[in-house]
Amino acid sequence: MAPVVEVRGLVNRFGRQVVHDGLDMRVEADEVFGIVGGSGSGKSVLLRTILGLQRPSAGTVLIHGKDITRLSEAELRPIKAGYGVAFQAGALYSGLTVLQNVQLPMIEYLALPADALEGLARLKIRLVGLPEEAAGKYPAELSGGMVKRAAVARALALDPALLFLDEPTSGLDPVSAAAFDDLVLYLQQHLRLTIVMITHDLDSIFRTCNRVGVIVDKRMESDSLERIVEHPNPWIQAYFHGERARARLAAIEGAGHGA
Amino acid sequence: MSAPDSNTSAVTSAVGVRRSARGLELALTGEWSVREAASLEAALAAVDVASVPVIHIATAGIAALDLSGAWVLRAFVQRARRAGAEIVFTDTPPDALRLVEETLAAGAAAPAAPAPRTGPEEPGGRALIAIGRYAVRTGHDLLSGSAFFGHALVTFGASLVHPRRLRPTSVVRHVYDTGITAMPIVALIAFLISVIIAYMSAQQLRGLGADIYVVDLVAIGVLRELGVLLTAVIVAGRSGSAFAAELGSMKLNQEVDALIATGVDPYEMLVVPRVLGLVIALPLLTIIADLIGLSGGALLCRYLLDMPLTQYINRVNYALSPTTFWVGIFKAPVFALLIAMAGCYRGMQVRGSARELGHLVTVAVVQAIFLVILVDALFAMLFMRMDI
Repeated sequence: MAPVVEVRGLVNRFGRQVVHDGLDMRVEADEVFGIVGGSGSGKSVLLRTILGLQRPSAGTVLIHGKDITRLSEAELRPIKAGYGVAFQAGALYSGLTVLQNVQLPMIEYLALPADALEGLARLKIRLVGLPEEAAGKYPAELSGGMVKRAAVARALALDPALLFLDEPTSGLDPVSAAAFDDLVLYLQQHLRLTIVMITHDLDSIFRTCNRVGVIVDKRMESDSLERIVEHPNPWIQAYFHGERARARLAAIEGAGHGA
Repeated sequence: MSAPDSNTSAVTSAVGVRRSARGLELALTGEWSVREAASLEAALAAVDVASVPVIHIATAGIAALDLSGAWVLRAFVQRARRAGAEIVFTDTPPDALRLVEETLAAGAAAPAAPAPRTGPEEPGGRALIAIGRYAVRTGHDLLSGSAFFGHALVTFGASLVHPRRLRPTSVVRHVYDTGITAMPIVALIAFLISVIIAYMSAQQLRGLGADIYVVDLVAIGVLRELGVLLTAVIVAGRSGSAFAAELGSMKLNQEVDALIATGVDPYEMLVVPRVLGLVIALPLLTIIADLIGLSGGALLCRYLLDMPLTQYINRVNYALSPTTFWVGIFKAPVFALLIAMAGCYRGMQVRGSARELGHLVTVAVVQAIFLVILVDALFAMLFMRMDI
């Protein structure tokens, strides 16, 4: 089966600064793929490139086998309807309620009657674990964790098979972050989603990801979670075997991968 | 809506309906996904469930069922149950349907129905309520507006004691942004205004042989009223909106909260420098507008009325009383205060949404222009009484 997302030989250059230089990435169906990298290593640029928000200097980005760097806006529309994105700060439309935020993509793409739109949107809001009352609230009235969940609800509006999450647990307390990881797992299992997730959160990585891609030296090293932690690259070693990481690794290995 | 009695086309709708002795049989086929949701919804809505005892639903033919498809199916099942029909799934119900049920059942505190609106329904009562609401809101607005003005004034007074807290760098920046960069447009408008007055008055006065009074009209009109008024209107559009938008987006970004949390008074840091900057810039812009207006008048009189420059200057000297220029220039800082206050006040009112930002920027500009014209009218009456 063709990979869901495939990036080949990606080069991103801003003036004289090279962010990516021949980056390759493959995300297969039904996996949770974590993108890891130091600050300024180009994780967000990579995501923006995959989403077509930014044209790469060179290389191809294939989503479901189609090269999005060569498609027109009109040709991109069905592809965009096939994935959902939850941005880091939520990027909820501040002038709309949560319900309207979730309905907006549906209104754009579907010709449904108003009561069906509302019912479907409420389903998505409940699915991400938001209380019923949250539907009528404006983004400014939500807590940080609720904003993240609402963003996921909007990303799921069109029942995509592919979901992008940009630092979904940043800014959340450990309990909320763990609850969010559970949500990601729940959605992945029940909706058979492919999830691409940028994250810094080691807990999240160990809990949710099957495979991890680490951006080092403008390229990506990707492998299964078990194998990537053994990668000899010094940055990867420092990342997975630093003070903070060791305790978690020990805990996970102690449990015999029984997470 | 008559129920289809025999096999209806199952190709497009993906809902095959058959009535038999066992009741209603639905054979669901094809792709039940979000893309088809609209047509599925319509197909199921067309199925008449009234007085059907049992509905058999066969889901084995469904190729793909996602959440939206499942929700549409569930909505139909619920409608049928309410109509008194028993639902029998001939195959095991699909996972997605169960997920929808679980999700909607989880902690199913009955969906909060919107509270029924109470209150008088007759239009007269509603109008009264609207008027009352408006009055109360305007009252609050006036109150908080004066509170804002007072706060800014107190902050300004306090920073006079410690001149460093006046933030001279910031003030200079705002003089530059609101004054220097506005010079070209202010000059152009002032010139055009003198053209308009000159043409209009020349047409009227020529018939009376009173050409010379064109000079009086241009000089007095520009210096006393129009120079400062139009400059203020332009500045309200340029800088009043900029103030409101800047402060508003800072509020949205929590930058204002960050200032307060750092112990910096946002009035001192954001409001006073803007007000002060504009109070300095607007009189200077007015002087430029006056100058260009008078030169424009000279140009027009030279070509329209064949009046030599020396005669024009003599006539201007004669027409202007010592106070004419000062009457105009005196109003500039007052207008500046109104514009800057309206912009900053509305900007600081933004909370929550981008739409509110747009709305309040509009309000800031409209109010600034309104206040400028209102106060100008009051000044006109006052100066008339004072006989200057």
